[in-house]
Amino acid sequence: MPAEFIRILIGLVAVAASVGLIGLVMVWVERKVAGHVQRRPGPYEVGPNGLLQPLADALKLVGKQLFMPDGADPILFWLAPVLSFLPVLLLFLPLPLGDGLFTMDVNLGLLLILAFSGLSVLSLLLGGWASNNKYGLLGAARAVAQSVAYEIPLLLSVLAVAFVSGSLDLATMVKEQGTWPWNWNIMTQPLAFLIYIVSALGETNRAPFDLPEAESELTAGFHTEYSGMGFGLFFLAEYANMVVVCSVATVLFLGGWHGPVLPGPVWFVLKVSLLMLLLVFFRWTYPRVRFDQLLNINWKWLLPLSVANLLFTAFFVKLAQYTIVR
Amino acid sequence: MNAIKEAFKTVSDLWSLMVGLKVTGKYFLEPQRTVRYPWKALDNTDTYKGHLELVGGVKDPFKPRCISCGMCALACPSNCLTVVKRKAPKPTPEEEKAMAEAKANGEKVKDKTPKDPEQFIYDYTLCSLCGTCMENCPAGALKFSKNIYMAGYSRNDFLFDLVVKLRESEASAEQEPAAPAAESSEA
Amino acid sequence: MTRNANMEHLAGDFYTNNFAKTAKEGSLILNLGPQHPSTHGVLRVIVEMDGEYVMRAEPVLGYLHRMHEKMAEVKTAAQFIPNMGRVDYGHALAWNWAFVGAAEKLAGIEVPERAEYVRTITCECNRIASHLLWWGAYLLDLGAFTPIMYAFDDREKLLDILQVPTGSRLTYSYFRIGGVAQDLNEDCLGRIRKFIPWMRSRLPMYKDLVSDNIILRKRIEGVGVIEPDLCRSFGATGPVARGSGINYDVRRAEPYSIYPKIDFEVPTSELMDARGRYDVRMIEIEQSLRIIEQCLELMPEGDVLVKGAPKPSWKVPKGETYFAVEGGRGKIGVYLASDGGKNLYRTKLRAPGYCNLSLFAEVSRGTILADAVAILGSLDLIIPEIDR
Repeated sequence: MPAEFIRILIGLVAVAASVGLIGLVMVWVERKVAGHVQRRPGPYEVGPNGLLQPLADALKLVGKQLFMPDGADPILFWLAPVLSFLPVLLLFLPLPLGDGLFTMDVNLGLLLILAFSGLSVLSLLLGGWASNNKYGLLGAARAVAQSVAYEIPLLLSVLAVAFVSGSLDLATMVKEQGTWPWNWNIMTQPLAFLIYIVSALGETNRAPFDLPEAESELTAGFHTEYSGMGFGLFFLAEYANMVVVCSVATVLFLGGWHGPVLPGPVWFVLKVSLLMLLLVFFRWTYPRVRFDQLLNINWKWLLPLSVANLLFTAFFVKLAQYTIVR
Repeated sequence: MNAIKEAFKTVSDLWSLMVGLKVTGKYFLEPQRTVRYPWKALDNTDTYKGHLELVGGVKDPFKPRCISCGMCALACPSNCLTVVKRKAPKPTPEEEKAMAEAKANGEKVKDKTPKDPEQFIYDYTLCSLCGTCMENCPAGALKFSKNIYMAGYSRNDFLFDLVVKLRESEASAEQEPAAPAAESSEA
Repeated sequence: MTRNANMEHLAGDFYTNNFAKTAKEGSLILNLGPQHPSTHGVLRVIVEMDGEYVMRAEPVLGYLHRMHEKMAEVKTAAQFIPNMGRVDYGHALAWNWAFVGAAEKLAGIEVPERAEYVRTITCECNRIASHLLWWGAYLLDLGAFTPIMYAFDDREKLLDILQVPTGSRLTYSYFRIGGVAQDLNEDCLGRIRKFIPWMRSRLPMYKDLVSDNIILRKRIEGVGVIEPDLCRSFGATGPVARGSGINYDVRRAEPYSIYPKIDFEVPTSELMDARGRYDVRMIEIEQSLRIIEQCLELMPEGDVLVKGAPKPSWKVPKGETYFAVEGGRGKIGVYLASDGGKNLYRTKLRAPGYCNLSLFAEVSRGTILADAVAILGSLDLIIPEIDR
C-alpha cells in the first residue's frame, strides 16, 4: 500500500514538472516551426536561437495584471482556466513510458483518459459564458458543440483497437504490439488511426478545427477577456491536451515504447514528438474549416466510418477467435 | 451510384491536403528570407527617398546653391518649407558714396545681398516626400538624402534648418574622407 | 445575453442603438470592428445575429475620413498628386493616373509615348502587388497563416523594383501632369525582366498550396453568390463584377493610354461566388505579367515628361471632365471641375470600394458569420479609399 502511494506521488510530481516543461518546449517548437515554414527565423533574440523565449513569455504572463471585465461572474470566470488545467495532470498517470513504467496500474486506463478529457469542455463553456462578452459567448457555444461532437468518433475508433487488443489497460495494449512497425496496431487499424487523428484535432481545438479561438473572426473566441496567467493556463492546458492525445495515439497505434535498439522511453518520446510535429505542421498549412462543415465532417463522415470500422473489427476478431480455436 | 462517385471525389480531394503539406515541408527546409537588421545591412537603400537636403555649390560645398527664390515653398503641398532671405549687408562709407553717385547718374545700383538663404527651415513631420520642390527648383539646390536612420525622441527633432545641416554634413565628410557613403552598420 | 431588447441597459452608441430599434427580440447584436483582426482597414459592421446566422448587416463608414476632396479645394493641381497616392495604398499608381489623366484631358496636354509605357508598366506592377496583398490577407482571414508570408516575399521584390523610379514603397506620388517624374533606368528594367519569370514560377505553387486545397475550396465555393443584376444596381466594378460574369473592364470599355495596342485577356467567371472572384484575381496577376512583357518590348526611347510641363503655379483651364482607369478593385474615377482659378474648384473621387461594400449588406443576409467574413474578404476592400 505505501509503495503504491509513493509511486503515485513520484508520478504526480514528475507529471507536474513535465507538463510545465512540455508547455515551454512546445511554445518554442511551435514558433520555430511556424517561422521556418514561413521562411523567417522565428524567435532568435532571447537566448541562443530563441531558446529562452518561452521563459520570457511565461515571466511576462505571470507578471500581468489579472483583469476581470465588468459584469463578469467572478467565481466562474476564474474557475474556468483552473478547471481546464487540472484534469490534464490526471490524464498522464496511466500512460506507459516503458516496460512497467507507468504511474498507475489501472485496468480501465483508457476509460479514465477519455472520461477526464471530457471535463475540458466545461472549462471552455464557463470561460466564454462568464466573460460577459458576445465574442466569448459565440466561441464558447462553438467549442461545446465541437467537443461534444468529436468525442464520439474518438471513442469508437479507440474501441476498435480495444477489441483487437482485448483489454482497456494501456500497458496490456502496448505489450500486445511487437517491436517492428509491421507489428503495430496501425497496420491492422489504419482507418481507426486516421479517424483518431482527425477527432483529436477536433477535441483539442487545433487547426484546422480551431474555430473556438478563431482569430480573424471572433478576436479570440472564448479566451478574449483573459489576460496574464488566465490565458497562460488555457494555453498550457491546450498543449498538455495535445501531448496526451498524441501519447494515446502512440500507445494505441504506434507501438508505445516498442522499438529496435534504443530503450523504451526514448522511443516513446520520439514517437510522441513526431506526432506533435505533424499537428504543428497542420496548423500552419491549412485554412480553417467552417463551423457547419466541421460538424458535417463529424456526423456525416467520421461517425459512419468509425461505426463501420468497429463492426468490421468485431466481426474479424470473432472470426479469428473461432478459426484459431478450431 | 452518385453517392459512391461523391465519396471517391472526396477521397481524391483529400490528396490536395497532402500536396499542401509537401509545399510547406519544402519551405521548412529552405533558407530564410529575413534580413536580420540591424546586424545585417539592407540592400535596397540606394534608391530610398529620405528627408530633403540642400546641395552645396561646386566651388564652395558649404554654401548651398539655393538662390532664395521661394519656388519650393510655393510649390510644396504641405507648407513645410520656409526660406529666410539674407538682408543686404550694411554698406561701408565708400560703398555708400559710390551708390549715391550711381543713383545721381541714373545708373542702377547692383544689389549686393548674397543669394543663398540665411535659414532654410524644413518641417519633416509635414513633408510628404512628393518631390515637387526638388523638381521645381531653378538652381537644382534640393535633393533627397538616403538617410534611412532618421529617428528622434520628440517632434522638434524633425524641424531642421537645412543650411546648418549642410554645413555639418560637409564638415563631417571632410573629417573622414575615407568614410564610405554606404550606411551598413557593423555592430 | 438577450438583454438587447431593453435598450436602456445597453451603452451602445448612436449607430448601434439605431440599428437595435428594428432588431428582433432575442437576437444578438455584434460589432465587427472598427478594430478587427480581419484587417481591411477601419471598418465597422453592425450585424444582427440569430445564433450563428447573420440576419442583417450594416456597415458604418467614416472612421477613416481624411477629407481628401476638401484638401483638393485648397491646393493647386500639381500639389494634389501626393494626396492621390494616399487615398488607396493598395493601388496608389492607379489613383495617380486617374487624377493626372483628368487634368491632362481637361487641359489637352499630350503625354509622350515613353511616358505612357512607363505609366503602364509601373501601374501593372502595382496591380500585381495589390492582388498579392489581397490574397495574403484573405487567406489570413480564413485561417491560413503561411500564404501571406509567401505573398509578401514576392511583394518585397515588387516594392524594391518600384522604389527605384519613385523612391517610395507604398504611397507613390510618381506621376506628373504631362508624364512621370523620372525615367526607368537600366537597373529597374533589368529587375523587372528578372521578376516576370520568377512570379510565373510562383503561381503554380500558390495553386498547389491554396487554390486546390479542399478546405479552402469548401470555404469559398458557393459562398456569397452575387447576381449580375445586383452588381449592376449597386454599381460594382472590377473583379467583383467580373466574378459575376459581367465583362466590363475600363481598359477595354473606355480605353486610355496605350492599352489598345496591348494584347491581354479580361478574365471573367461564370461562378458568381467568392471562388469566381478569387479565380478572376489570380488570372489577372498572370495577365498583368503579360502586359508588362509586351510593354517592355514596345517601349520607345524619348522623354518621360512633356516639354513645358505644368509648374506648380499652373492653373487648370476652365471646364469639367471625368476620367476613369481600371484599378485593382474596380473603376477609379476622378471628376475635375475648374473655374480657371488657382485651386481646383471641385474634385470628386469615385472609389470602387464604396459600391463594392454596399453589396455586402445584401449578400451576407442569412449566412453564417464565418461566411460573412469570407464574403468581406472576397470583395477586396481597402477602407481608406472608401472613406477617402
